[in-house]
Formats: sequence, C-alpha cells, structure tokens
Amino acid sequence: MKFPFAQLASPKNSYQMAGHLIPWFGLLTLALMSYGVVGGLWWAPSDYQQGDAFRMIYIHVPAAFLSLSIYTIIFCCSVIYLIWQIKLADIVAEMSAAVGATYTFIALVSGALWGKPMWGTWWIWDARLTSELILLFLYFGYMGLRSAIHEPKRAGKAAAVLAIVGMVDIPIVHFSVEWWATLHQGATLAKLAKPSIAVEMLYPLLAMIGGFTFFYGTLLCIRLRTGLLQREWQSLWVREWFNQQSKSCL
Amino acid sequence: MNTLRKRRVWLVVILSSASLIVTLLVIQALRHNLNLYYTPTELQTADISNTQKIRIGGLVEKGSLQRGSDLIIQFVVTDLTHQISVQYTGILPDLFKEGQGVVASGRLNGKALFVADEILAKHDENYQPPRILDHGS
Repeated sequence: MKFPFAQLASPKNSYQMAGHLIPWFGLLTLALMSYGVVGGLWWAPSDYQQGDAFRMIYIHVPAAFLSLSIYTIIFCCSVIYLIWQIKLADIVAEMSAAVGATYTFIALVSGALWGKPMWGTWWIWDARLTSELILLFLYFGYMGLRSAIHEPKRAGKAAAVLAIVGMVDIPIVHFSVEWWATLHQGATLAKLAKPSIAVEMLYPLLAMIGGFTFFYGTLLCIRLRTGLLQREWQSLWVREWFNQQSKSCL
Repeated sequence: MNTLRKRRVWLVVILSSASLIVTLLVIQALRHNLNLYYTPTELQTADISNTQKIRIGGLVEKGSLQRGSDLIIQFVVTDLTHQISVQYTGILPDLFKEGQGVVASGRLNGKALFVADEILAKHDENYQPPRILDHGS
C-alpha cells in the first residue's frame, strides 16, 4: 500500500506549498488573535465568581489545547514516518516539537499565574498538572534525543519511537480531571455536552484557539522550509531553486 | 503490502500496546495515590492515623462557617453524604465561600475533626457573567 498523496509530499512540492501558505496563515493568525484579544480582554463580561481573573482562560486554554494537539500531530507523523518512510512527516514532527514545548510551557506558567489568586497556590501535584508537566518533559526528551543523534534517518526513527511511546500521556492529561480527584476543574469545552461558558465569553475563546492554531501553522511552514533545505541541500531541486533566487537577486 | 512495511506496522502496534499496558499497570498500582484528596465518605473507611498528613476535599457546607478570634475559622466539608469539621488558622483564598469547593491539607484529630494548615479553593468549569446568575435566582 502506497501512502496517499505521496506525490504532494515530495520535498520540492512541500517547500513551495509551505511558502504559499505562510502569508495566509499569518493573516488568519492576526485576524483571529486581534478579535480574541479585544473580545476576551474588553468585550467579554467578567466572570460571576472569578471576576477579571478568569480572562487568563484566553491564554491558558488555547496553549493547553495546542500542547496536546501538536503532540498528537507529532505522533501521527511518527507513525507515518515509521511505516511509509515519508521524509516530510519526519520533518513536520521535528519542526513541531519546539512549538509544542513552548505552548506546554505557556500553559503551565499561565496556569500557575491563574492558580495563585484563584486556588491559593502556584502549583499542586494533582493529576492534571503533573501529567501536563510530564508532557513538557516528553517534548524536551523528544528534542534532546533528536539532537543527540547526528544522522537524520536514525534520529528520526529513534524520535518517532519515543513519540509513539509517549502518546499514552495525551489521554491521561485530557481525562485526568475525570478519572481522579484533582484541584483542577473539569473540561469547559472539550466534551460532547454544551460548553459550560456563556457565549459572549466563548466566541473570543474559540477565536484565540483558532489564532494559536494558525500561529502554529505559520511557524510550522517557516520551520518546515528551513528543515527541508537543511536535509535536501545537496539535491537537484534545491540547487535549481538557489540558482533561480540568485539570478533574480542580480 | 510488502513484508518490510508489514513488519514496521507491527513495530508501531507493539510499541503502542506495550506503552499502554505499562501505563495501565502503573496507574492500577498507584490508584490510591493518584487522587489529590480524600472525600469525607472515603475518610469513614480509610485507615489514616492522626500523625499522617493528608488532604481532604468537598464542598463547604452552607451555614457552617464560624469565625473565631485571630483568623481562626471552623467549617464543615461535605460530599453530600458524609461530613467532617475543619479547623484552620490563616488567610483564605478569595474564592473560598460557603457552597464552594475546597481542598484542605492537614491532619485528622480524631474521627470528626480535621486540623488544616492549608486551604485551597476548587472552582468549577462554569464561566458566566454575574447577571445571568441574578436572573436565575
């Protein structure tokens, strides 16, 4: 069985496609985040219990959501890379890791800043907070393992194995608040039932989640191009592309 | 599908299931330690000595909060089936209120009293403007 879209995933095609996507993703990021920030910080009313402190949700929830989604993307890419050996999947996984780690870090720090005034503590070793911290260490381990192995093919395989083993933490982070007694409250959005948040607070939150997602998309496209050039610098299409660029510069 | 690819699919399947099984076993072994706090109902049957530091959690029962002198307070934590009295000296988090969730850490003093040295507020997942609540009540 050949992997579908294998043609599209050729390095040259993906390099060009990523280049076309950057401005669109960037614009979407800007639009969604502008609405999200203004809507979240000014238009949305303050919460009946937490007052204005609840506005931390507009940073915390999108960052936490993407910390899990990006890891899931890395997992999918790792499976594709291990089975079909699609180089593009390996580069997407490689280039996503640092963004995911940063989002995880932002989720943890914004959570601490939110927890101190509301709960009364910066940190507690409950199941949600601990499993999210483990996720941060998984990202660190993933990046560390990759950079410890010099040869890209072996590094990719080793990192893919780590990503697949670590995937088990993702459902644990998500369901920790249901499975165990935690200080962290249950899910507001990511559940089948109606969101437990008033609509005028919800729309800016969804916009922020979208904005964070497209920001990841923008960064990924930029980083993907770098990754492709790093791996493919000896190949014909890079030389042709480079000659073209230098000609147009002259 | 060629044999090499088939072998790689197996590698992925085995890796995932091994990771899942190991994690399930660890969670199973730690199942009592993964909970952050005891509920008042669990306290009835749990074997906990008075010297052991533990956390309890539940709702602050409405009408149970009593303020003494020098920041001493006493209130009842309930999970709607069982109750336990909690004594605490110190500053409370802003969200601490009757009817709200609370997690207290400290030590048992007999079966019915818990002496806390830290009180944390646990809030729920609902966010709404105050006026909706006013209309509702």
